[in-house]
Amino acid sequence: MTALLEIENLSVALKNGPRLLRSVSLRLDRGEVRGLVGESGAGKSMIGKAVLGILPRSAEVVEGRILLEGTDILTLPPAERRRRIGRIAALIPQDPLTALNPSHRIGPQITDRLVDILGWKREKAEARALELLAEVNISAPARVMRNYPHELSGGMRQRILIASAFAAEPALIIADEPTTALDVTVQKQILKIIAGMQARHGTALLFVTHDLGVVSKVCQSLSVLYAGKVLEDTQVADFFRAPGHAYSAALLAATPKYTDPEGSLMPVGPEVLAAVQAEVDAADREWRHV
Amino acid sequence: MLDGRGSINRRVGARLWLSGGWLLIVCLASAFAPMIAPQDPLAQDLMSGQLPPFWVHGTEPGFWLGTDSLGRDVLSRIIWGGRIALQVALIAGTLTALVGSTLGLVAGFYRGWADRIISRLVDIWMAFPPVLFSILLVAVLGTGLRSIIIAIVVIDWTRFARVIRAEAMNQGAMDYVAAAQVAGFSRQRTMLTEILPNVLPTIVALLSLEMGIAIIVEAILSFVNLSISTDAPTWGGMIAEGRTTIYQAWWVLVFPLIALFLTVLSFSQFGEGLKDRFDPVLR
Amino acid sequence: MSEQSLFRVEDLRLSLPDLVGKSFVGLAARIEILRGISFTIQRGKVLGIVGGSGSGKSTLARALVRLLEPTSGRIVFDGQDISHLDEQALRPLRRRFQMIFQDPMSSLNPRRRVKGIIAAPLRLHGLTGIDRRVDEALDHVGLPRGFRNRYPHELSGGQRQRVGIARAIALRPEFILADEIVSGLDVSSQAQVLRLLEGLVAELGLTLAFISHDLSVIRRLCDDVMVLRAGQIVEMAPSAEIFAAPRHSYTRGLLDAIPLPTLDQPGWN
Repeated sequence: MTALLEIENLSVALKNGPRLLRSVSLRLDRGEVRGLVGESGAGKSMIGKAVLGILPRSAEVVEGRILLEGTDILTLPPAERRRRIGRIAALIPQDPLTALNPSHRIGPQITDRLVDILGWKREKAEARALELLAEVNISAPARVMRNYPHELSGGMRQRILIASAFAAEPALIIADEPTTALDVTVQKQILKIIAGMQARHGTALLFVTHDLGVVSKVCQSLSVLYAGKVLEDTQVADFFRAPGHAYSAALLAATPKYTDPEGSLMPVGPEVLAAVQAEVDAADREWRHV
Repeated sequence: MLDGRGSINRRVGARLWLSGGWLLIVCLASAFAPMIAPQDPLAQDLMSGQLPPFWVHGTEPGFWLGTDSLGRDVLSRIIWGGRIALQVALIAGTLTALVGSTLGLVAGFYRGWADRIISRLVDIWMAFPPVLFSILLVAVLGTGLRSIIIAIVVIDWTRFARVIRAEAMNQGAMDYVAAAQVAGFSRQRTMLTEILPNVLPTIVALLSLEMGIAIIVEAILSFVNLSISTDAPTWGGMIAEGRTTIYQAWWVLVFPLIALFLTVLSFSQFGEGLKDRFDPVLR
Repeated sequence: MSEQSLFRVEDLRLSLPDLVGKSFVGLAARIEILRGISFTIQRGKVLGIVGGSGSGKSTLARALVRLLEPTSGRIVFDGQDISHLDEQALRPLRRRFQMIFQDPMSSLNPRRRVKGIIAAPLRLHGLTGIDRRVDEALDHVGLPRGFRNRYPHELSGGQRQRVGIARAIALRPEFILADEIVSGLDVSSQAQVLRLLEGLVAELGLTLAFISHDLSVIRRLCDDVMVLRAGQIVEMAPSAEIFAAPRHSYTRGLLDAIPLPTLDQPGWN
């Protein structure tokens, strides 16, 4: 069976500049939840942007393929590509405060996409939106549809964005640090909602995060990134038993864990960083050679 | 990466050099106008009126850019007119920047009643149409260079006050200001040593724009015959006169217009260029 | 025992103008952010102050170092009531309590070099041997002395936060308030900065208040933990006690909500 998403040897670079993604390969099956983990600058968000075709202007794909349901979207003409991505994939963005347009009511922000792009009838779209808002535990969905974003809390807005992402029944959702801006208690609710929705709808999820704690709660598999290079591609169960790469192990030991104050919050050693940087440099030399 | 940055720097450099070069030419020409100007800018010679510029057939040597209908040399008048334009730009621009930025900084940083008074004042000022306001002012103050400069400062300080107030408010909300307070610095000292360096690039950019605007205001006032004195050569006055003979002698209108356009453009580009070149944050 | 407590806070209340509900004319209504807070910080101890957004923890932080003036109640620093002192009277005391800010990008003046940032407070307080003190401060936070001439934007997030720490410790204060200083950092720099702070507390004999929204980073560092909610203290207890057996359900909820990097955490399925 073909994978839902298969990225092969993807390299993205700044125009005339260094690579931001270094020959990334990863595979996501239908219904799978994969974490993309790394520190800032590791390129984890960049992968999501490449799949959604929203790379910043300064960056370009220099090699590789992105197969979405078996079709390489990079070879499609732009209009066709946008249509195809729009039908298959959706995004849960990082910042719920800026992701909703402050001058429009919530309702149209969910339904417009269904009506304008997927050609649904407005009544059907509205019914669907109400249904989804209820599904993300919003108690008075009809009222919330008429609210403006500023009238709602950060957690509420993030739930609306989740409902909106699931609205068109996409096969793939990319969640880009969806809980980073939230308090821990709200984060827990949101993570549970995402996990529940994912399970019910059978959606595949690419979950971008810097927090290994979050990965352990929502993901089945994960890819650990450093400087745009995939260091490790593994199952969550294996990873938390024994990380396969020295850098991943260091990252895990640096993650706070109040149940183990002596064994957590360990700074990543300079020798680990030197080794992983050497690995990246070696990959660059080899790449330039080819 | 390095290549990318290099080309940006080169472009910034070109902008800075081109605009700076033109401004240098204007400055030198103004400073040495008595030596450089080929003719007396006021000398009339009705016999050689409306002579075309040097490349057109039927001109006379010595009048490079032709003459106006009274036979005065256009190039010499532009050079002498540049003197007035530059004086207005430098003096009026700097004074406006000083007055407006000070008020804006105080309003934006201290807030409270100082801000309320200054902001209301700005609101009231903004209700006057600027050109009419300036004509009114000059009519009251009487014509002359000093009146024009006063009129520009009185009208345009709000431009600085508004922008610098907003900028000072933004900077004032930054934690480095709180850090200065925790260290024990006085409010005044914090404003001068922490906030001012951060709004200075904006002041410089605005100042360069303001210098261009001052030249335009002076030209407008000359155009409506309210500037220095009727016979002193000014760019605005030349444009006004040239307008009447545009079909017979286009050069009387076009050359001062080009000088005005290039100078105003150069001021704004020079300011932007300086900001890009010397601001450590952007660099 | 009173000389033991460096800070004593009694029934602290603080209201700020409500900017959201500001009316068109007249003064904005005020909302009470801190609603009667009392506690002491013992000399040489590390106090963690935890709460979610809107708990008032940052307002409390700013009141303690007198960036804000309390509406009522008392803040006593080393026996002296500082609640309503004006800037001039505070100046000699300022050297003794310092603050490290959350966002190192915003708390370092972008147009000053590192040495200028660290040296300015030293000059203000009339200290001598400024160059030597700047170098020492850089040594203390583990930054190379060559960083003296860099601008903040030429540093990484973790390095910037170290400059913020260097600025605070260069004055050799008795008390430091750290407001969410690791929340914007990657886990690896977070761990480094926390270890650094831990070392400095021991080495310089500092008293520290460490403010965070995240209980999990507090465990190692803090002797005591105060949990804030809506401007009031929910619970205050020794760190080990709070983590082992929180008395208040709110604290329990905060702890349970932290996703630990393990596969067998109860309450998450």
